[in-house]
Amino acid sequence: MEYLIASGVGLMTAAGVYLILRRHTFPVILGLALLSYAVNLFIFASGRVVIGQPPILTKGAAGYTDPLTQALVLTAIVISFGMSAVIVMMALGAFLETGHDRIDTNDGKNDGEGTGD
Amino acid sequence: MTHWIIVPVVLPAVLGALIVLAMRNDLLLQRVFGLAGTVALLGVALALFRAAQLGPPEVYLLGNWPAPFGIVLMLDRLAALLVLLTMVLALFVQLYAIGTGWDAKGRHFHALFLFQLMGLSGAFLTGDLFNLFVFFEVLLIASYGLMIHGGGKDRLRAGVQYVAFNLVGSTLFLFALATIYSVTGTLNMADLAVKVAALPAGDTALLRVGAMLLLLVFAIKGALVPLQFWLPGTYAAAPGPVAALFAVMTKVGAYAVIRVYTLIFPPTAPAIGPMTGDVLLPAALVTLGIGAIGVMGAGTLARLVAFAAIASMGTLFIATALFTPQATAAALYYLLHSTFATAILFLLVDLVLARRRTGTLRQALPPVAQGGLLAALFFAGAIALAGLPPLSGFVGKLLILQAARDHAATVWPVILVTSLLMILGFAAAGSTLFWKAHATPRDPGPEPPATPALPLVAVFGLTFCLVALTVLAGPVLRVLDATAADLYAPAPYIAANALPAQE
Repeated sequence: MEYLIASGVGLMTAAGVYLILRRHTFPVILGLALLSYAVNLFIFASGRVVIGQPPILTKGAAGYTDPLTQALVLTAIVISFGMSAVIVMMALGAFLETGHDRIDTNDGKNDGEGTGD
Repeated sequence: MTHWIIVPVVLPAVLGALIVLAMRNDLLLQRVFGLAGTVALLGVALALFRAAQLGPPEVYLLGNWPAPFGIVLMLDRLAALLVLLTMVLALFVQLYAIGTGWDAKGRHFHALFLFQLMGLSGAFLTGDLFNLFVFFEVLLIASYGLMIHGGGKDRLRAGVQYVAFNLVGSTLFLFALATIYSVTGTLNMADLAVKVAALPAGDTALLRVGAMLLLLVFAIKGALVPLQFWLPGTYAAAPGPVAALFAVMTKVGAYAVIRVYTLIFPPTAPAIGPMTGDVLLPAALVTLGIGAIGVMGAGTLARLVAFAAIASMGTLFIATALFTPQATAAALYYLLHSTFATAILFLLVDLVLARRRTGTLRQALPPVAQGGLLAALFFAGAIALAGLPPLSGFVGKLLILQAARDHAATVWPVILVTSLLMILGFAAAGSTLFWKAHATPRDPGPEPPATPALPLVAVFGLTFCLVALTVLAGPVLRVLDATAADLYAPAPYIAANALPAQE
């Protein structure tokens, strides 16, 4: 079980890092999504991997699994979902305005300049 | 004072939502409510600041759950100081945005502005590492909206880069938090401080990894080399007033470093040792160097100021990296100073761009309206940021040099030489903008209309803050010394959390 989770985190992180190094926004967004899946799994595992136990401590329970990491994962999922929506919207906006989805900001010229309006 | 601690978080959240829902089509109402909100927040921040000076650190239990299990907000001197700084800056920036009509160039400026303030004050007030992450996300998601306010393709593309970069930072933050949690089983800052201090020196590899990952995250926020490259493009492409407000966003990174690495991972903890300073100091020196070289080489005015902001973060991190009470007090002084100075310059960039149409420094253009006034303000901002007397930049750098006497061989030459480089860069830019302009023939086209007074009032207000910081350097330093002393004697901070006794 530990091996499965660890390799899952590792594989998704590797794929995510590979994708965010690409030059177009679409693979970058996919990479960010993969990274957030990897980190969610990682947080979940940081409360120790326990199978078949309740998350709430009750009298007579044989053991319990850490409920806090599950709450943390839930928060992280909500936030990364919102952030993905934001970056998809912004990438779409940039694509529609510029006509391409390359992620670098200079097309051979130095255009990081703030415009007056 | 108990319930007032949550007001800087709740008030902007409620007002921001109200503005989005009830007054989305009425700019005047948005302005009135937005401004009223910021003024109220400033009042609350002043009251909190006073309370923090008079009493010990105070805790606010969210949902009244006891400390390491529930989330806590903590009010201490450092948090109160930074909330106050944020609100002072926010008031002037908002006045500027209203005066120049920036808030009319897109929708929801004031709502996003308030959400940004909510995230900032939450990040400063929270006493829980995971909650710090949440407030980072709140301030970031508001900053994404503000960053692309007004639209335009350059801004959108720079915005996508900025968001992508910060999402990677957030992922790293979560990895760091999970690593720390897996070792200590808690994310409450005070509880972490107790547990990390009790951890024996041998059993700490994972914790060190977590601590350094966390440092990486704060370095992204604070634009520390090698993670500074998002800043020039973002700040140069952001609307002027937003860039000025972002002057305090990089300071969130510095704040987090100061808080986490004095309270949770102090150099005295056997589990961490002096590692943080050893990593931070070289990076800060290189950051300062790169910033100064960038100031010399920048092709546009906005990028020049962005690189000056990087240089000021380098200086700030140098003082932070020393981890002594004296150096931290100097760092806090420089933090206050550089926030105001950077904001002034970003607002001036916007004023110049609105008149000159382009920010290029490669070519002199005819003089602009109110050129003399802008030149004088630019001069003041430039000498403040470069660290020349008589403004507070000089006092700040002097304090840092004094605190870094033990590292005089490395720190002193870097700070002094980069100051010279920055003076040269600013002088070159200023002469292209304002002096050579007089030798250039004026366009026969119509004069641009005179600008309203409110933007200038805002810039003068910020300049007044700088002057006040210089004139009142003595009293301010006494407050900052007390703040820094608190950071290195965290027992009252930890005691305020009323943690259950360790079994």
